[in-house]
Amino acid sequence: MSYKKHRAGALTALAVSVALLATGCAVDSGTGGTEGGGEGGGDLSITFVPKNLGNPYFDTSSDGAQEAIDEFEGTFAEVGPAEASPDAQVSYINTATQQGVGALAVSANDPQAICDALNEARDAGVKVVTFDSDTNPDCRDLFINQADAEGIAKVQVDLIAEQIGGAGEIAILSASANATNQNAWIERMEEYLASDYPDITLVETVYGDDDDQTSFDKTAALLQTHPNLKGIISPTTVGIAAAARYLSTSAFKGTVALTGLGTPNQMREFVEDGTVTAFALWNPADLGYLTAYAAKALIEGEITGEEGDTFSAGKLGDYEVGADGVVLLGDPFVFDAENIGDFDF
Amino acid sequence: MTATTTDTATVRTYRDFDRPLWQRILLTREMAIIALLVIVTIVASLTVRGFGQPITLTFLLLDVMPILLIALPMTLVIITGEIDLSVASMAGLASVLTGVLTQAGLPFEVAAIVAILVGAIGGAVNGFLVPVVGLPSLAVTIGPLALSRGLAVGLLGTTAVTDFPEFWTDLAKARVGNTNIPVVLFLFLVLLVVFTVLLHFTPFGRGIYSIGLSSEAARFSGVRVERTKFILFVLTGTVSALAGIYYTLRYGSARGDNATGLELQVIAAVLLGGVSIFGGRGAIHGVIAGVLLIGVLASALRLANVTSDVINIITGVLLVLSVVASSFLAWLRKRRRSPGRTPRVEASTAG
Repeated sequence: MSYKKHRAGALTALAVSVALLATGCAVDSGTGGTEGGGEGGGDLSITFVPKNLGNPYFDTSSDGAQEAIDEFEGTFAEVGPAEASPDAQVSYINTATQQGVGALAVSANDPQAICDALNEARDAGVKVVTFDSDTNPDCRDLFINQADAEGIAKVQVDLIAEQIGGAGEIAILSASANATNQNAWIERMEEYLASDYPDITLVETVYGDDDDQTSFDKTAALLQTHPNLKGIISPTTVGIAAAARYLSTSAFKGTVALTGLGTPNQMREFVEDGTVTAFALWNPADLGYLTAYAAKALIEGEITGEEGDTFSAGKLGDYEVGADGVVLLGDPFVFDAENIGDFDF
Repeated sequence: MTATTTDTATVRTYRDFDRPLWQRILLTREMAIIALLVIVTIVASLTVRGFGQPITLTFLLLDVMPILLIALPMTLVIITGEIDLSVASMAGLASVLTGVLTQAGLPFEVAAIVAILVGAIGGAVNGFLVPVVGLPSLAVTIGPLALSRGLAVGLLGTTAVTDFPEFWTDLAKARVGNTNIPVVLFLFLVLLVVFTVLLHFTPFGRGIYSIGLSSEAARFSGVRVERTKFILFVLTGTVSALAGIYYTLRYGSARGDNATGLELQVIAAVLLGGVSIFGGRGAIHGVIAGVLLIGVLASALRLANVTSDVINIITGVLLVLSVVASSFLAWLRKRRRSPGRTPRVEASTAG
């Protein structure tokens, strides 16, 4: 009789093992596919590590990257954490090092925390390109800058000045307080406001942490704290959409202006219902596309990331590497009721 | 019903001894998890490209190190039938404290010691509220979970401190000579020895098991229940703070959101390793295997370019299976002893 009991125990253990093996096998077939592709494309396997997955902005940039990689017949992979934290990115960067991919394209969640992992990857022969959000320059080969801080700051300040008539109180709803690019832009905005629009006062900068609910709540708080507020600039796609959602259902709709950086699909309904007149952005698909071509040029040894190197980026034309290994995508684009229908991303 | 109870009691006496030694050692839940770990590791090495190389070991150990560290005291806490949900927030707070104090000009070593002390104090607060005031630990430790995280984020905002002495940040990632074994593994091994001896080879450890089986019975047989739980919560707080400092050094960055969600990974690994959530059952070697199993799975799946959501799903399914498996086993045993069947005791005496 006692054997039966042991057999039951063993059977259960076996069942769990089999279930796990099955999972393992399912994964294997996936790997097989990736491997095959990788070998077919030679060294041109490029892994994209966005700040987090499930973010429409990075979905679009990855679409662009995929398009570029399909053009030069490389292997595209996108991995990343579910939440935008640097420690989770480190695991994925380490994984790419183990896989020995040709290049890594990373949008950094922290300029310092992922540095060691990136350098370890570079020591193992992986080319590292950052895009959208940079690390310290000594941790990567190239940074693909979506637009320079000057251009982005200027276009947003010009837009809000135009919408509020060049005078009054404005506030900024940013991403997290240590977001590399947002901070650089806000600094330039302050300088540009001081020099060109002395009648506009920036009363407060708040941080929505690129979280929809937090940004929504911070917008509500801003409007409560500053009754004379005439406009809000939100230099982040999550922030502007949350702020627009709040404004569109509040009494401030149409009286408090909102502009910043947003994507056409997120902002379409708010432009159509009059909450937002105009906003700006670059094309994230172009950003991903250019990043992929830059990675290819690095892998093939066409460029090394030195200032003055030039490479060709398919439909976008030729690009030159600037100081500190930075490649500039171009000027930001202004979306309004006239042209928003032409875009779908 | 009375008959069944008596029967169960009799069976218990026989159970541990009616099998040969090798069966008692090998046919346990812990061994099942260890076997699973071995199988998964072999399958992954054979089929996942890049998993078989030595560097995997380094990354794997570095990745699971905070979970391994916290799992040690957590195992003891869960065996007493309690739980500590505040460990990850405490690690985050320790990380931020180290960062803030270092930034304020204190030497890193002093900052780290202060952070560990704060961890011990935080644990002592839990250890006072749970057994002494007599509140359920699930409810009590949610408070420090929110409080420590709030303090951590409040102290540093969403900025990060990244300026730490290179000696320490290098040490957190250093390997022994030319091997792929991280130096930090030795810190873990020291703690492992301490906790294994404490749990499995001391009267204090036997007290932990008896509290988990029945707190009242343990009290009557002379176990100092409150003191034991207090010590365990202090240990958990201290080790969590230590893990937080390791976390800071490994990523070279003290942030308020460091180690967010780690408590669930720790508890999942402990339960997967065969520790009963109701207390009274479990062993350290099973827990280590549980932590490594989750680590190996995550590493292999990432190498196979599986997204993090799928990794979470698989870990979750594994956890559900492990819990269901043990309940299923218990149900099966109970069914065996149902009336109409020959009781096992008689069978063993007869045969």
